[in-house]
Amino acid sequence: MSESRLIVPARYERIRQICAFVVEAAEVAGLDETAIFHCQIAVDEACTNIIEHGYGGEDKGRIEVACAAGSGQLTIDIRDQAQPFDLGAVPEPELNKALEETTVGGLGIYFMRKMMDEVSFSRTDGANRLVLVKRRTQE
Amino acid sequence: MDISTQEIKRAMVMTVKGRVDSATAPDLENALKQLVDGEKAQIVLDLNDVEYMSSAGLRAMVSTLKAVKRINGDLRLCAPSPRVAEVLRLAGLTSIFNLYPTQAEAVDSF
Repeated sequence: MSESRLIVPARYERIRQICAFVVEAAEVAGLDETAIFHCQIAVDEACTNIIEHGYGGEDKGRIEVACAAGSGQLTIDIRDQAQPFDLGAVPEPELNKALEETTVGGLGIYFMRKMMDEVSFSRTDGANRLVLVKRRTQE
Repeated sequence: MDISTQEIKRAMVMTVKGRVDSATAPDLENALKQLVDGEKAQIVLDLNDVEYMSSAGLRAMVSTLKAVKRINGDLRLCAPSPRVAEVLRLAGLTSIFNLYPTQAEAVDSF
């Protein structure tokens, strides 16, 4: 098991750095290109939500990302100190609607759920914790 | 992310290269908005060199599509990579965008 950790200010421009960090760990875990892309999207959407909805803007806190790369499995642990967030309270977006009714809100969490094997959320000691798991073999 | 725009036949073709994420999507949306504000209503967005797109990019495209439809135009997409095509499909957006395999086909559709 290889473990790594990154702490960055909660800014949109830092999300690329977080993605690069996760890609490196995903390669260590032996994930294929598609799975690595899915990890990037999930982490990107998670961090975007933290900045936009959690902190309510940039530079209001930090994002901590820890990766544990095992054989064929990557666990990504994302923590923030933003306001409490209830993942379960977010409804699934209504897809394939007419253009006038189409909004792109709620897609981030939907993408996480679709692209990762496990998505879990908890809050402890004033911090939100999102754990994403991706395994090598999927579908 | 790099953006370039050129007029080809009856369409404005915007070519995007690189990553479209929450840091860069506002630039894409602004560039598209400038076309719509200038009443350039027949727009082709060439996604051939977009290696990555998150929901922030999708949001920019959907808001532009809504704006351009109001002036009787259209935003047509072409040549998405398999990754971008997957994101579009998962988001349920393949039914609201006209999607073409090549830039030439998208341009000629206007």
